[in-house]
Amino acid sequence: MNEYLPLLTLWRLLGVLALTMSPHLLRLPVWVSLLITALLSWRALSAYHQWPMPRMPLKVVLTLLAGGGIVAQYGSVSGQQAGTALLCLMAALKLLELKARRDVMVMVFLMYFLLLTHFLVSQEIWTVAFLLICAVAITAILIECQHRGALSPRLTLRKSGIMVAQALPLMIVMFVLFPRIPGPLWGLPADAGAARSGLSDTMSPGDISSLIESDEIAFRVRFDTAPPANSAMYWRGPVLDHFDGRTWENAFPITAAGYEPEIERLGQRVVYEITLEPHRMRWLFGLDLPRRDHLPGDAIMSREAQLMATKSVIERRRYSLVSDTDYRLQPTATERMVRRNLALPAKFNPQTLELGRRWRQSLGNDARIVDAALRMFREQPFVYTLRPPPLGRNSADEFLFTTRRGFCEHYASAFTLLMRAADVPARVVTGYQGGQLNEIGGYYVVRQSDAHAWSEVWLSGRGWVRVDPTAAVAPERIERGIEGSISAGEGLPGYLSNRTRLRFYFEARWDWINARWNAMVLAYGPELQQQFLSRFGLDDLRSMILALTVIVTLAMAAVGLVLLRQSLPAPIRDPALREWRRFTRKLGKLGLVQRTDEGPRDFINRVNELHPDLSERANRILMLYLNNRYLDNRDATVADLRQAVSALRL
Amino acid sequence: MRLWLVFKILLHPLRAAQDRIDAWVMARVKRQPGPIDIGRKRVYILPTRFGYGFALLAFVMLLGAMNYSNSMAFMLTFLLAGIGLINMHHTHANLAHLRLQAGTCEPVFAGETAHFQVRVDNPSTAPRYSLALSWPKQDEHAQLGDVSARDSVTLTLSQPASRRGWLRAGVFSLATEYPLGLFHAWTWAELEMSCLVYPRPAPAGPQPPASAGYGGLSSSGRSGQDEFAGLRSYQRGDTLHSIHWKSLPKLRTPMVKQFAETLDQELWLDWSAVSALDTEARLSQLTRWVLDAEAGQRNYGLRLPGQTLAPSHGAAHRFACLKALALFQTPDHDDAA
Repeated sequence: MNEYLPLLTLWRLLGVLALTMSPHLLRLPVWVSLLITALLSWRALSAYHQWPMPRMPLKVVLTLLAGGGIVAQYGSVSGQQAGTALLCLMAALKLLELKARRDVMVMVFLMYFLLLTHFLVSQEIWTVAFLLICAVAITAILIECQHRGALSPRLTLRKSGIMVAQALPLMIVMFVLFPRIPGPLWGLPADAGAARSGLSDTMSPGDISSLIESDEIAFRVRFDTAPPANSAMYWRGPVLDHFDGRTWENAFPITAAGYEPEIERLGQRVVYEITLEPHRMRWLFGLDLPRRDHLPGDAIMSREAQLMATKSVIERRRYSLVSDTDYRLQPTATERMVRRNLALPAKFNPQTLELGRRWRQSLGNDARIVDAALRMFREQPFVYTLRPPPLGRNSADEFLFTTRRGFCEHYASAFTLLMRAADVPARVVTGYQGGQLNEIGGYYVVRQSDAHAWSEVWLSGRGWVRVDPTAAVAPERIERGIEGSISAGEGLPGYLSNRTRLRFYFEARWDWINARWNAMVLAYGPELQQQFLSRFGLDDLRSMILALTVIVTLAMAAVGLVLLRQSLPAPIRDPALREWRRFTRKLGKLGLVQRTDEGPRDFINRVNELHPDLSERANRILMLYLNNRYLDNRDATVADLRQAVSALRL
Repeated sequence: MRLWLVFKILLHPLRAAQDRIDAWVMARVKRQPGPIDIGRKRVYILPTRFGYGFALLAFVMLLGAMNYSNSMAFMLTFLLAGIGLINMHHTHANLAHLRLQAGTCEPVFAGETAHFQVRVDNPSTAPRYSLALSWPKQDEHAQLGDVSARDSVTLTLSQPASRRGWLRAGVFSLATEYPLGLFHAWTWAELEMSCLVYPRPAPAGPQPPASAGYGGLSSSGRSGQDEFAGLRSYQRGDTLHSIHWKSLPKLRTPMVKQFAETLDQELWLDWSAVSALDTEARLSQLTRWVLDAEAGQRNYGLRLPGQTLAPSHGAAHRFACLKALALFQTPDHDDAA
C-alpha cells in the first residue's frame, strides 16, 4: 500500500527492536551484542542523514561473517543459544535492507518470534510483564505501518493496548483449554532450557565456593512426614571417588542392573516431594539416603547410591521419594570397591600421605583414625572461609599444613585423601546441606548457596558412614546454614548479608508466589490440564475442544458487538438537524437526494421544480429548519419542525 | 520469491473461486443516488497474505511451545492468536457504518483523466484510519484517507476518459486493512456519478471560415481585436481576468473590460463549415474553435444540426457549447444532471 517508510516510524521500530532484544543482548557473547548495537545505531543514523544503504556484496559478506562467527562461537547453528544468537543477528542485519512497509511487516513477525526465544531462557513471573509490554509495543509498530505517514505513538499504543487487553481473555481461555500433548515433538537441542549454575560431576578447590555466590534455587522440598533436623538434611548428589591430584570426579557412575548397592534400613522413614529446577545434568537429589523401591519411574540408583535419571533434567520436574536418615550402606565390602576407594595419585601431597601412614601405624583402628582427623580439624587453627588462599600443586599439603583456611570442598577433599592414605576407604559426596523453611508455603527452599561437599568412609560392619569434616571446623554451618557460619568481615555475598526480619518475610512471600507460579502455570501440561479440567467435567479431548470453541466464539462475539456499537452512527446532537435528516430521508424515497454541493435552500428549490405539489410543505419545513438551526427565533420551535416533518407522508 | 510462487500455485483454486464469487457479488451491486450506508452486511472480509503469514507464525510458535513444553511460549502464541482474531473485528468495525456520497466531478476533455469525488462520512464517534478508495481489485492505486469522528473526508477515484459523452463511474470499493494489515475488509458500491467528457480538442490549426462564420455587423478589421473599448457591468459567467480590478474600489461594483472586436463581432461556429471531416473530427474542430474563441474574448455562437446556441461568451456559455458538443448524437443517459 504505502511503500514509503517515515523516519519516525523507523526510529520507533528500532526502539522496539532494541527493547525486544534487550534481555538477549545481556546474555549473548559480547561481540554479538556489540555488532547488533552497531547495526541498530547505524540504521537509526543512516535514516536521519540519508546515507545510502549498503550494496548487495557487503550485505552478503556481513551475513556470512555473522554466520561464521556464530559457528566459531558455538560450534554449530542448531543449538538453542546459537539459534537465538543467529536470530538476533539476522534481525539486526535485516535492518540493512529495511526500506518499505513490507520489510517492516517482516521485522514485526521476526520480533514476535524473538520474544518467544526469550522464554526458552527464562519463564519467571516478571517475564509476563515483559511479554505484555513487548506485545503492545510490537503491535503498535504493526499498526503504525498500516498507515501512510507516522501516527502519534499515543494513538497506536492506545489501540494496540486495547487489542492486547481484548486478546488477554482469549489467551487465558486458550491456555487453559487448548488440548496439550506431551512434548517434545522433535527432540530438543542439547542446550535447551535455561543456563543455570549448579553442581558439576567434578570438584576442584573453589568450585563450590563459587556456587555460594548464587542465590538461585536448586530445588524445593515439601515433607509429608516430619522433616528431619536441619543438621541432618544432607541432599545427596554426585559421588566422586576418583582423585587425580587436584580434581575429584566420578569416572564411571555405574547404573547397570546387578550393581545396586545393598542398603539396610534402621530408623524412621521420611516421605517428601522435591521440585527440582533444571540443572542440565542427569542426577537427581534426595535426602541421604533414598529408598531404592520408591524412585521415580525414570530414575535408578547407581553403585555409589547416587540417583540418576535416564535423561538430563532440562525442565523443572517434581518427584516423590522416601528416605531413611538412619541406614547401613553396603555393609559388606567387595575387593573392587575397597581398591577403588583407596586409590591415590602418586607424587602428589607427600606430607598428607605421610601423616596418613603414621596414623595407620599408631592408631590401627579405622574409627580412631577418623576421630583423629576430625580432632585435628577441630583443635588446630583451621578456619572456615569463603575466600581461601589459592593452592598450588600439592593442594592438600598446602591446605593441611600451611594455609589452614578453606571452604567445605577443601575439608572434604583433604579429609578423604587423608583417609585413603591411612588405608580407610573414603570418597567425596557433593550435594546440598540444609534448607530454608518457607513458613507461608510450608516447604523448604534449597539454594545453590546451600551447596556442600562431605565425605563418606567405609567402616567394616557399618558400611559407608557420612563424615562431614566441615562440621568439625564450623559446626554452625551445619546447624544454621551458611549465613551463620561466616564472620561478618568475610564479606558474604550481598544477598546473604543484612537480612532483616521484614526482608526475610518478603523473600519468603515472593518465593511462595514463585512456587505457586511454577506449580500452577509453568507446570501446566497434559497431566495438570487433565486433572484441572476433569473438575469441570471436561475430561476428554472432544469436550475440551467443544468448550474452547464455544467460549472463544462467545468472547469474540462480545468484542465484536462492542466494536460494532462504537462504529454505529452517533446520535445527532442538534435536534433541528436531526429533524432535517428525517425529512431528507423521506424525500430520498422519491429519489430526491441532497447533493454534497447543495445547501438546504438549493435542494428545496430543486425539489420545488421536480415536485411542485410538495413545494408548500417543503418550503415550510425549510423555513422552520433554517430558523431553528441558524437563527435564534423563538416563534418557531423544534417541536413545530418535528410536527411538520411527521405530517409529511410520501 | 520462489516460495511465494509455490503459495500462489497452491492458492490458485481458492483465488479462482474467489474471483467467481466476486464477479457474482459485483454484478449485484445496485447503482444508487446515495448516500450509501455501509451496513454491517455490506462489509466483506478476508485475510491478507500477511494474515496467512501471521497464522503460519502462530502455528510455528505453537509447535515450538509444544516441543519445549514452554508455558510462556504457549501464552505468547495464544496471545497472538487472540490479537489476530480480535483484529478481524477491529478491521471490520473500521469500515462498518460509514456513509458514501457522490461528490463533484469536473468535466474533462477526452484523453484526460476523470476524477470522481466520493465523500466518506463518519457519523460515529470512532475515528477511522487508512480507508482506501479504488476501483475493484486495484487496491495498489487506492487513495488513502482518515476520517475523524463525526467528520467526513473526500477521496477521489480516477479513470481515463477516452470517449466524449457521459462517463459513468462504475462499481468501486472502499477497503481497509487497519489496524494490523492481517485482514482486508471492503465494500462494493456504485454511486450515481457521471463525468461529462468533452470532445478531444483538435490541434491548433485552421481558423473558423469567415464567410460562414460572420453574421450581422461587418468587421472593423483584425487589428482591432485588442483595442480597449470601454467597461460594462459584470454579468454572471464573465471570467475573472476580464474584470477591471482597478475600478472596483471606486465604483463598488465589478466592471468588465470590453474590446473593440468583442463588441461588434459575432463569430458563428457552424457544423456545416467543417464539412470535409467525419463526425468526431468535426466535433474536435468545433471544440478547438470554442476554446479559441473563448480565449480570444469573442462572442461566439454554435450551430449544430438540430441545435443552435446564440452568440455569447463567458464560462457558462463555454460550458453550454462544450456540453452540446460532448453530448452530440449520444444516447442520453444524463443521470447526474
